[in-house]
Amino acid sequence: MSCEFAHTSLHAYLDGELDAAGSADFNQHLQTCSICSAALGKEETLRRALEESRLYSRAPAGLKLRIQESLPGPSADKGVRGRWRWVVVVAAALIAATLSWRQFGPTDRQSYDRAAMFAAVDAHLRSLQPGHLLDVQSTDQHTVKPWFDGKLDFAPPVHDLAANDFPLLGGRLDIIEGRTVAALVYGRRKHFISVFVEKSAPDASWNGSGQRQGYQWTAWNKDGFRFCAVSDVSAADLEDLKQLLMQH
Amino acid sequence: MLPDSPTNVLNQDDRSRFEAIVMPHLDAAYNLARWLLGGRSEAEDATQDAMLRAYKFFNSFHSGDARAWLLQIVRNCCYTWLQKNRKWVDVDELDDESVPREKDTPETLAIRVSDRERLTRALEQLSPQFREILVLRELEGCSYKEIATITSRPMGTIMSALARARHQLRVLLTDPAHKEARLEL
Repeated sequence: MSCEFAHTSLHAYLDGELDAAGSADFNQHLQTCSICSAALGKEETLRRALEESRLYSRAPAGLKLRIQESLPGPSADKGVRGRWRWVVVVAAALIAATLSWRQFGPTDRQSYDRAAMFAAVDAHLRSLQPGHLLDVQSTDQHTVKPWFDGKLDFAPPVHDLAANDFPLLGGRLDIIEGRTVAALVYGRRKHFISVFVEKSAPDASWNGSGQRQGYQWTAWNKDGFRFCAVSDVSAADLEDLKQLLMQH
Repeated sequence: MLPDSPTNVLNQDDRSRFEAIVMPHLDAAYNLARWLLGGRSEAEDATQDAMLRAYKFFNSFHSGDARAWLLQIVRNCCYTWLQKNRKWVDVDELDDESVPREKDTPETLAIRVSDRERLTRALEQLSPQFREILVLRELEGCSYKEIATITSRPMGTIMSALARARHQLRVLLTDPAHKEARLEL
């Protein structure tokens, strides 16, 4: 026995590539088709095995420097070592920020606090260093939310969105422009999304979206809080997450 | 996507922009090269070649998905290396006839999680075309659209190629004919 969908739609469903209507249709099909539900179970087992087997090979230490030194033309940090090197790196990042601002910045320049958005991207990048992503690791919003008690002077809204393929992974405290903020971490396929939350200030709203150093950010305000989501997922995925969080 | 000849040497600003936009995807580049070429030193060399090439052609990259752009270059470098070193297996991947049917044994259903060595061996036995699509999807988390860009395939063929790659991987993990992969069963 076979089912034509077991070789086609099933994979798009598994990979989150069906649109909402297609996904709902296939869900319904799964209720009645034992072939497809068994096949889906097998695919999910295989995926879990691949996921949990640490098969990703990160670039060895030293390769980046070797590549940087082999690139022709002006060098960002040639011959600069030790502490000064960081000064140069920061300067390079600032130049890059200015350039990407020029290239990718939204047209409505006054609608958000640019420095805060860039600080949010930097905070997300810092969090990707080993051991920095999560202070509290839990997919349960009722565990993550109380964890912030006493650590902030506000209670951030926390929602698990696993049903929408944005599983909550946990949270951490972070610092943006010297202010302590809540950072909620969501997953999207293999990627991490940091959602920074703080109380809205009347003088600087967070609104808009853009790109910095290859990372997308999008910001919005709701119920007296301001939010900024940062990730290397696509702008469309980030917009989906924003819409879901706006609905809650 | 790439022009015929590289543009002039980049200036300081372009260099900084390259380091900010392309360099963060070094891990992705290395991971793909490692899985396509196998060896660590080959992967390092191919990654370095690809980065150098990306740098030379950086003026042709304006905006968009820097990771997909870089991985496309990495893939080309790896395939060139494979062909040069006669490790190229030009299989017709549409031909599934030679692949035995997977057996619905208890093992099929119980591929143990975290069975790293067994999965590695099975992945290494796949053709590069199947391996790359699984690595891009399952390890790198690329969307179908990104995979289509990186592998220069029509978007409509990604799903079925992925379905076949998964099928073959499961066969390698479970079929008695593939003793190597079954060693630890």
